[in-house]
Amino acid sequence: MTQIQTVVSFLYYLLVAYVVVLLVWNFVRSRKWDEEILYLIVLLPFLLRLFRLK
Amino acid sequence: MKLRKLVFAVFGLLLLTTSGTSFYRSRHLEEAVVLSPGVSEVKKLGDYFEGIRGTVNDCNIYIMEGEEPGGTVFVMGGTHPEEPAARLAAWILAENAVMEAGRLIVVLSSNRSASLVTRVGGAYPPDFSIPTDWGERTFRLGDRWADPLDQWPDPEVYIHYPSGQFLAFVDIRNLNRTWPGRPDGSLTERTTHAFMELIRQEKVDLFIDLHEAELQYPVISTIVAHDRGEELAAFTSMMLSDMEFNMGMEYSPPSLHGLSHREVGDHSDAVSLLFEAPEPFLDATRGKTTREQLLTGKDEFVVKAGKAGLLFEKMDENGWPVDVRVGRHTSAVLMTMETWSELNPDRPLRCRGVPRYDEIIALGLGHWLHDPSAAPPERVEIE
Repeated sequence: MTQIQTVVSFLYYLLVAYVVVLLVWNFVRSRKWDEEILYLIVLLPFLLRLFRLK
Repeated sequence: MKLRKLVFAVFGLLLLTTSGTSFYRSRHLEEAVVLSPGVSEVKKLGDYFEGIRGTVNDCNIYIMEGEEPGGTVFVMGGTHPEEPAARLAAWILAENAVMEAGRLIVVLSSNRSASLVTRVGGAYPPDFSIPTDWGERTFRLGDRWADPLDQWPDPEVYIHYPSGQFLAFVDIRNLNRTWPGRPDGSLTERTTHAFMELIRQEKVDLFIDLHEAELQYPVISTIVAHDRGEELAAFTSMMLSDMEFNMGMEYSPPSLHGLSHREVGDHSDAVSLLFEAPEPFLDATRGKTTREQLLTGKDEFVVKAGKAGLLFEKMDENGWPVDVRVGRHTSAVLMTMETWSELNPDRPLRCRGVPRYDEIIALGLGHWLHDPSAAPPERVEIE
């Protein structure tokens, strides 16, 4: 069970990193200020998890 | 547009840094324990089960050997760290108790991982401070469940081992839903398995799990007793209600699994009890979730809920201060030892140095928290 959890956790962090890349990419490409703020706010919890802060 | 993006990115980085620093500090806040002269040995949970050694839940085990032989009582704090009176009462035992007869084992952070995080999305304060005679002591607030950083993922449905009962998915990280645990399970299941090993190896006679409860929850201001602890709990409840404060008694439901009052008694020779004190901070109808509310136990919205007949405990403008809640726990533990000794004269439990309800209310619980900087370094532990 512990090994399965470790594998799933690793995949989960890969997924989080992928979403972070997508959000940053969208932030860079966006031309609307309100969308840019939205991308930043959504990005925060993903970064906090990726850096194992919360 | 580039300048705008740059400004937004700097703002986002600022938010990330401030929140991240706060979360990091909260997770790494060191809590000192000044060992009571009665502490004869400090072990680790990993000494009882290799599968928990070196993990975040490899907590300290404080052992106080009595001057005379007797029974063994194990008092557990920190099952749910967001119930701070339970941890603080155990802290007072670890810093003050001296056993005259029998042996006392104390744990302050039984689900240590849960003490390192606060409710995700709950905007809880990360810590709180207790004023003492020499300054103040700061403690982590913690949460009800182990940190998802330490145990992940949660299942769709949590199937309790060994009963097979279906429980809420998140409760696979709840220490009081994973008893008796299993050696190859999740971190929380391995933690309870390690505690069961401790109970068996140390031949614990009496196990006490300290908690706090919201006032809208019917199991409050009470002792929940395993079948073999009913007589002990009934006597203790009567004595406390007659001499100190009102204390109820409830039977541990045989079909509700994963809880300490059921599983510890079913899977070991120990008599298991669980104590509940009132904590308005936990009530869903509370107002602001602040340190002040946590420590004073005052909340106008919970008072209103009481006037509407929604509470199972009295609530007025005086609230439920942390001194009152901690005092209830220390007195209940002491009274249980006294009752135990009357019922089991061959295995007595006698303790000195621990304040009762009236003393804590009169002097404040900080009076019994000692200054780590004034203590010899070898008598200070970090939780």
